Amino acid sequence: MSDVVEKTLTALPSLLSLDSQPGSAKLSSTSKLGNLIRGITELTSKHEEEKLIQQELASIKEQVSSPNTSMRQMKELMVRAIYCEMLGYEASFSYIHAIKLAQQGTALEKRVGYLAVSLFLNESHELLLLLVNTVLKDLQSTNLIEVCMALTVVSQMFPKDMIPAILPLVEEKLNHPKEIIRRKAVLALYKFYLIAPNQVQHIHNKFRKALCDKDPGVMTASLHIYAQMIQEKPEGYKDLAASFVAILKQVVGGKLPMDFNYHSVPAPWLQIQLLRILSLLGKNDQRYTSEIMYEVLDESLRRAEMNHNITYAILYECVKCIYTIHPKSDLLEKAAKCIGNFVLSPKINLKYLGLKALTYVVQQDPKLALQHQMTIIECLDHPDLIIKRETLELLFRITNAQNVTVIVEKMLDFLRISEDDYTTIDLVGKVAELAEKYPSECWFIETMNTVFSVGGDMMQPDIPNSFLKLLSEGFDSVEEDKKLRLFAVDSYVSLLQGEPDKLPQRFLQVISWVLGEYSYLKEELQPAAVLRLLAKLLDTKNTSSETKSWILMAMTKLCDGEAGVSVAQEVSETYSSSLDTVLRQRAHELQYLSQNPELRSKVLPRDAGLEVDSSLSFLDGFVSEALAAGAAPYKPPHQRQEELAQAKALSLEPYGLSLPISMSSCSIADRQSPTLLSISSGLSGDSTDLSLKGGSTTLKLDGVKRVWGKEGYLAQREPLEEAAAQVEVPSPLRSPSQTGEADNSHSQTPIPIPTPEPEQEKQQLASSLFVGLSSHSSVSLMGKSEPTPQRFRRKAKSPSSSLDASERISNSLVSSTSTVDNLLCDNLLDTSELAVPSPSLTSQLSQSLTTANGSFDVQLTESDVKGSSPTLVRDNGVAVPLSGLSHSEITPLCSDQSLDLSVCHVQKEEYLALVSCVCDSAVQELRSLGVAVCQYSLTVKRPSVHVEVVGMVSYQLPVGTHQSVQFSHKLPLTSFIRPLTVSTEEYGKMWLDFTNDTKQNLSLISDGQESLTATLNVLKKKLQLHVVEIIGVEGIVACRLHQDQPCLMHCRVHAGTLAVWLRSPVPDLPDCLIYHCQRALQEH
Amino acid sequence: MIKFMLMVNRQGQTRLSRYYTPVELSRRAVLEADVVRCCLTRKKDQCSFVEYKDFKLIYRQYAALYIVVGVTDSENELSVYELVHNFVEVLDKYFSRVVSLDIMFNLDRVHIILDEMIQNGHIVETNKSRVLAPLTALDKMADS
Repeated sequence: MSDVVEKTLTALPSLLSLDSQPGSAKLSSTSKLGNLIRGITELTSKHEEEKLIQQELASIKEQVSSPNTSMRQMKELMVRAIYCEMLGYEASFSYIHAIKLAQQGTALEKRVGYLAVSLFLNESHELLLLLVNTVLKDLQSTNLIEVCMALTVVSQMFPKDMIPAILPLVEEKLNHPKEIIRRKAVLALYKFYLIAPNQVQHIHNKFRKALCDKDPGVMTASLHIYAQMIQEKPEGYKDLAASFVAILKQVVGGKLPMDFNYHSVPAPWLQIQLLRILSLLGKNDQRYTSEIMYEVLDESLRRAEMNHNITYAILYECVKCIYTIHPKSDLLEKAAKCIGNFVLSPKINLKYLGLKALTYVVQQDPKLALQHQMTIIECLDHPDLIIKRETLELLFRITNAQNVTVIVEKMLDFLRISEDDYTTIDLVGKVAELAEKYPSECWFIETMNTVFSVGGDMMQPDIPNSFLKLLSEGFDSVEEDKKLRLFAVDSYVSLLQGEPDKLPQRFLQVISWVLGEYSYLKEELQPAAVLRLLAKLLDTKNTSSETKSWILMAMTKLCDGEAGVSVAQEVSETYSSSLDTVLRQRAHELQYLSQNPELRSKVLPRDAGLEVDSSLSFLDGFVSEALAAGAAPYKPPHQRQEELAQAKALSLEPYGLSLPISMSSCSIADRQSPTLLSISSGLSGDSTDLSLKGGSTTLKLDGVKRVWGKEGYLAQREPLEEAAAQVEVPSPLRSPSQTGEADNSHSQTPIPIPTPEPEQEKQQLASSLFVGLSSHSSVSLMGKSEPTPQRFRRKAKSPSSSLDASERISNSLVSSTSTVDNLLCDNLLDTSELAVPSPSLTSQLSQSLTTANGSFDVQLTESDVKGSSPTLVRDNGVAVPLSGLSHSEITPLCSDQSLDLSVCHVQKEEYLALVSCVCDSAVQELRSLGVAVCQYSLTVKRPSVHVEVVGMVSYQLPVGTHQSVQFSHKLPLTSFIRPLTVSTEEYGKMWLDFTNDTKQNLSLISDGQESLTATLNVLKKKLQLHVVEIIGVEGIVACRLHQDQPCLMHCRVHAGTLAVWLRSPVPDLPDCLIYHCQRALQEH
Repeated sequence: MIKFMLMVNRQGQTRLSRYYTPVELSRRAVLEADVVRCCLTRKKDQCSFVEYKDFKLIYRQYAALYIVVGVTDSENELSVYELVHNFVEVLDKYFSRVVSLDIMFNLDRVHIILDEMIQNGHIVETNKSRVLAPLTALDKMADS
């Protein structure tokens, strides 16, 4: 900040001090309010305050209800009531009088009435209805000030149901000659849009008119509506980008009247608002919308050079926008420089904002962190915890397999000094996430131990759960699993030998489970010794009864040998008469099982993978027997309730019917979560843009499910890094084996050669923190794996495993490149159909595909690229071998100045063929387009609702410059579903074998006799299901996911809905399918 | 988005509070005390932005008076920091050299000014003369 500004800032506060000159014009210190305030200021205790306020309230109450109180007095009373409520004492008796004041008062009295209403009532308060008439009257008033007041209160709060009553009047005000009325009318409409968007749907063109209003204030007001609408549906407003750019250009260029300036910066908050809107429009953009923004962004960066906080605020928004929209290299460079200035600033507020910006951009370009590594290190040691915290947030985003140990250590250091519960919970979750993402035996266990002891009982419950899950499911190698478990047992035994009563309950539960499960691995450890340790824990008085039942469970697993049995007996005797029923149950189990080793080994088999049959299919025999014996079939609770409601002649529970519906929607969201979660988790909590890519807007659990593998986090960022790589100053190629020291030398921060000792320490820290940032990304792009032997990865069977797929993909990157290379060479050089071989595409064109669905559930088999005989396509005819089959519409994916890429898919029997056409578009001779067709076959490995394929085409122009284009294509699971033809008998047999199932009620298509047939036909048509048989009100349907992964569906018409029961051997398949069924029926 | 705006004195007494997201009356006093503790304990050379639960506090001190604004994480901290100053400048213009007694004794007017600037948690007007226009018109009506 310049000195002059600094001086004005320090000058102002002195004006605000208490020792003021008496006799200031509007001071009413002699009034009753004055007395109240003075009284309160002089008080010393809370108790006195309460007494005083109660007195005050009593006196207000008496006066407001007196018929002789004038409106002027009423106004004063209301201000006093506002004051009392501000201090936390309810004055609900005055609410009705506030409305009365708004109704009957004039000028300032009326305004205070409205103000009191807006402060006292919330939007759903019933008294608000009484305001409607007053508002209606004031809107029609000839006094502009009254109109103004009414519009102000409407834009703050208004009962939703009454909007239609005043909407025409508000709309009418949009044409008012006074700007202030038009502006307030727009703000009122904005409020309506917020609380009831469908009520103002018909006036969207009026919003446009407001946007084009000749008064800048009215235009500014309309931006709030647009910001909201664009956030909800950016693609619908792309055409407005040019208008927003034009507005911003005028603002930046100083075309607004002078009174819009703030410290000689033209309308800064308006600029910020516009920049936000632009970044919403340009997010995930295929270049066209972003392109029109480049110039004005450049201009904004250039203009905002004045040295004042507000220009920095604008710059921050500008940088964020530049990194959100489609990248442009020179802008990115300027933005990066700008961030540098922020981070290096001695002003702490700027430094904070710089770190925040850096945290945002490293998700796009992790190398940017390298440039500022020394500053980041300094911020890590900053005395202000806020700065430290923000730095950790930044480090969290750049964590990789090589620096995870150091970063986690830093986070744990912070945790030990942090006193804020909220921070602890948040940070503990992040540490656990990192530790589980890059596990390596001892370190992993040690880190988790700290997490459990620091996080205590505050942390999210899924942290211990996923830790135990991880431990039990194990990793790739049995050896390593054993080592890990052994280490855990070791460390827990020594913890229990120490002072276990200091440990949090959750940790004790984890410890008892692990000891119960794995202490046998340590041969020299007697089970009886462990039992005694656990028994000691039981006697500790802090141990909660939940923990006690965990301990008893563990003891049940351990009571081996004579010594063990005797400890077990002792313990079970103590607890078999416990008042806690769960504990008593456990104690009895322990007692019984300890005496019966054979049964125990059957019930609690050692080292057996835990398999839970959630469908309880093992009970099927029992159920059919019972049914045959005449038992009533099982009905889920919601169905029972439904029937109950119907059975009653007069239902007293009118909303009972809605329950199944809400439950069903709930369960859908729930079931989708595994896939969605894995997307967002890999990228950490609040990276909204990336998690949006996965299509998840519904559910953001605080869950810590992970994407596994040593490339985990970076694997998904490949495309983004590719984009950011253009900015980088060309650096010499580096081999992946190069280590941190090399990075250090590469960093652009100048490092003096003779370094004093602390400096050296810092540099060491830097090299360990930023290791792998630059080399890592380039390596993973080339599809080679990095040698990091100490990390091991999770077994493929685990549901969130993805690494095997990702590796396959990266390998395929390499091989498919060559195939396609050849293909395209042939294509362009040898084919006679092309009159002129296109000059712009030369021999190097490679296309690579990866799946972007965080879970990597699509398997790409690249060899299906149609070998040696490439087929040419003209216009939109599909390649010959596929011509017999139906194909989807050809959708353009992306394009740049020299090529267009479009894609369509063809449903083959066993796989989905993805045909992509590469056409080069910018050849002078437009009549002969060079076209290349690549075909990929896609199969789904693990079902999810949608599958997204992302990829990159890179090619070389004759001039020698490499170009690349990224694309992504989203496919619904239904593209992979095929009918399965089976007979009813076969169906029956299969039904019993399958374990993954899901039940739900769907809506029927029509209510006639044939509704079942009609509904099933819709599903058959839309989802390619095979209807096996329809008997009466029941129908059975079968389909498969194109390999041999069947899914069976049983439908029954019941109470106007279709009760559907799906079963499949494949997890998640029933859930995904039911989602599509629901969609199909909704769309119908 | 702005969640609330508070004006408190050094003793932690609330001088003005305005909430833009519903907070029950009974919980406000606790929240305010907590927020004030967060900000008042900080030193001059420390950052003016504080993390508080899942949102951020932005505070600015004017002699004995602190203005604290609670915002969501997506908000631009520095722009809100300057908004606070703009608000104070508007008050200064209206009360011609504002002192904290003005704010205490004219609670209603300060609220009316604030209502012109922030609505529903969004900044709706920052142009000083436009912010003051409705209030000065009301004053004129009362005078005549």
